[in-house]
Amino acid sequence: MLIDFFYTLKKAGLPVSIKELLVLLDALEQQVVFGSVDDFYHLSKLCMVKDEKHFDRFDLAFGHYFHDLEMIEDFESFLIPHDWLKPDWIKNLTEEEKAQIEALGGFDKLMETLKKRLEEQQKKHQGGNKWIGTGGTSPFGHGGYNPEGIRIGGEGRHNRATKVWEKRQFKNLDGTAELNTRSMKMVLRKLRKFARTGAADELDLAGTIKSTADNAGLLDLKMRPERHNAVKLLVFFDVGGSMDYHVQRCEELFSAVRAEFKHLEYFYFHNCIYEKLWKDNHRRWQENISTWDVLNTFGSDYHVMIVGDAAMSPYEISEPYGSVEHMNDESGYTWMQRLLEQWHKVVWLNPVPEEYWSYTNSTVMLHKIMSERMYPLNLDGIQSAIDNLAK
Amino acid sequence: MTKFTGTDNYVATDDLQLAVNAAVTLQRPLLIKGEPGTGKTMLAEEVAGAMGKKLISWHIKSTTKAQQGLYEYDAVSRLRDSQLGDDKVHDIKNYIKQGMLWQAFTADEQVVLLIDEIDKADIEFPNDLLVELDKMQFSVYETGETIQAKHRPIIIITSNNEKELPDAFLRRCFFHYINFPDKQTMQEIIKVHHPDLKKGMLNAALEVFFEVREVPGLKKKPSTSELIDWIKLLVADDIPIEALQNKSIKEAIPPLYGALLKNEQDVEMLQKLAFMMRRQG
Repeated sequence: MLIDFFYTLKKAGLPVSIKELLVLLDALEQQVVFGSVDDFYHLSKLCMVKDEKHFDRFDLAFGHYFHDLEMIEDFESFLIPHDWLKPDWIKNLTEEEKAQIEALGGFDKLMETLKKRLEEQQKKHQGGNKWIGTGGTSPFGHGGYNPEGIRIGGEGRHNRATKVWEKRQFKNLDGTAELNTRSMKMVLRKLRKFARTGAADELDLAGTIKSTADNAGLLDLKMRPERHNAVKLLVFFDVGGSMDYHVQRCEELFSAVRAEFKHLEYFYFHNCIYEKLWKDNHRRWQENISTWDVLNTFGSDYHVMIVGDAAMSPYEISEPYGSVEHMNDESGYTWMQRLLEQWHKVVWLNPVPEEYWSYTNSTVMLHKIMSERMYPLNLDGIQSAIDNLAK
Repeated sequence: MTKFTGTDNYVATDDLQLAVNAAVTLQRPLLIKGEPGTGKTMLAEEVAGAMGKKLISWHIKSTTKAQQGLYEYDAVSRLRDSQLGDDKVHDIKNYIKQGMLWQAFTADEQVVLLIDEIDKADIEFPNDLLVELDKMQFSVYETGETIQAKHRPIIIITSNNEKELPDAFLRRCFFHYINFPDKQTMQEIIKVHHPDLKKGMLNAALEVFFEVREVPGLKKKPSTSELIDWIKLLVADDIPIEALQNKSIKEAIPPLYGALLKNEQDVEMLQKLAFMMRRQG
């Protein structure tokens, strides 16, 4: 029962489990849909796919699976003798259509052509060519419900259904994303230190019981502040230039981080950290913040995450006036040193896969400056980075 | 059993109808996703209306806990009552407040339960409801009783995709993604809301609407609900059809654009686009 179908989906990389297959079979048994491929397509999609980003993969797999099946079905339909079809459809023809059939040389001629057509199709069919798809332009298509019409009708139904999955309208939603916000948040959760600070607005049940008992049974309510994550995080994002390729992943990280940490500050920089940082990319030249201020504002209890591809000219790090954008009095190296002196829990997340790091001089340099605390921006990388921060 | 086929004021596409009917027949929760403003929440109301069932809505906020959907034990008022010597205090049942799930489970007839915007809650929220949704039962620890669904409710869950939902939860649901309606469906939808609208006006408005949606880089594309509001305004303000016809949005910003674009950056972008076109033209 649909086991091949199930494995086709599985092979296509859809996260399907037996549970979904059983539900689908259950639905079929309860006759939610009746023998229409179109409906079956929607039903199986409903049961098997749980995320719109997988729709495209499902459409592909479904198309693949049913393409093979259609061939078998077409083959069977050749075996239907033509006189079996005759009585029913001829009643349905209008005068106009009958005239059209006459125009094609009468009924017998039509049947002959049809037979020939079918034979021809069978041959082509064995060749693996989907001949019937072009059948729509044949004279038989004209009549609408003539013999082939029944077959074409069946086929047409297929085609209509086929269209839905061949449209593949969910193409751009698919992304074999290495990470998603959910898994990222789960990893970030490790970096939690719970503390109770702020206004006391939660009932302290244990405290209340104790103090009520102490009070000889007279109710004495105790309140306490709500528990929340006390880890403070400072994130520096590299923007522009080569970072444009990694924007989506950085956005995902950003949204995950922002949802997880209450004490979160972020700043942008370009390529390497110099004397100026900014918070709004549109106004980076008008509203920037001195890096000295940032160094002095955020205490050493902050955890620092730097996100950047570390790909630049080596001079941008090692030399004063090396920046591509402005005249920097002091080298990026000096600023990195200051940053590492102020904060001890610092990691660098690099969206470029680890195996390419060694090809870029500046990446190697920064990896060294960071004393090897540079991690790739994927799930494992974030995990190790967080482990390092939580140490 | 009656099949859901949309209602007088809600146009449901074939696949959406199938999704609802499958969920009703197999008694599984139906998870609905889709762009904001495509009528996710409305679906539950309309299903309830069409099938003549009561609707129980549970709107999820970021602070909502799964337990609140089952029941809450009000320890503080019991403690207070015990101080005051109230007789109520001897029965713990007096202090258990039923949640939405409890109400849906114990209703005398089948109800439609809407769990709205489940993605707003904490990331673990859906996991806390697994057994309850699967077995449609839960136990009340305080009294030791087990609440079992008399009639399995029709559960419709909506999500705006702010958080990813856990796999175990997804496996228990049917999943349907409401596509953005195509022009034809859109015409049907508008007809439902503005039956008197002239055909020419409708076409012109739709043209402008889909053109605005095509503008690359919009932060929030206008959706069905915005279109309906916009047309309402157009009709109310008696905007002549000429104001919409034969004018690309690149030449003139559509009238009352505030109903379509909800973000000042998007408005700015449209203005810039129009400005550039004028300069080139």
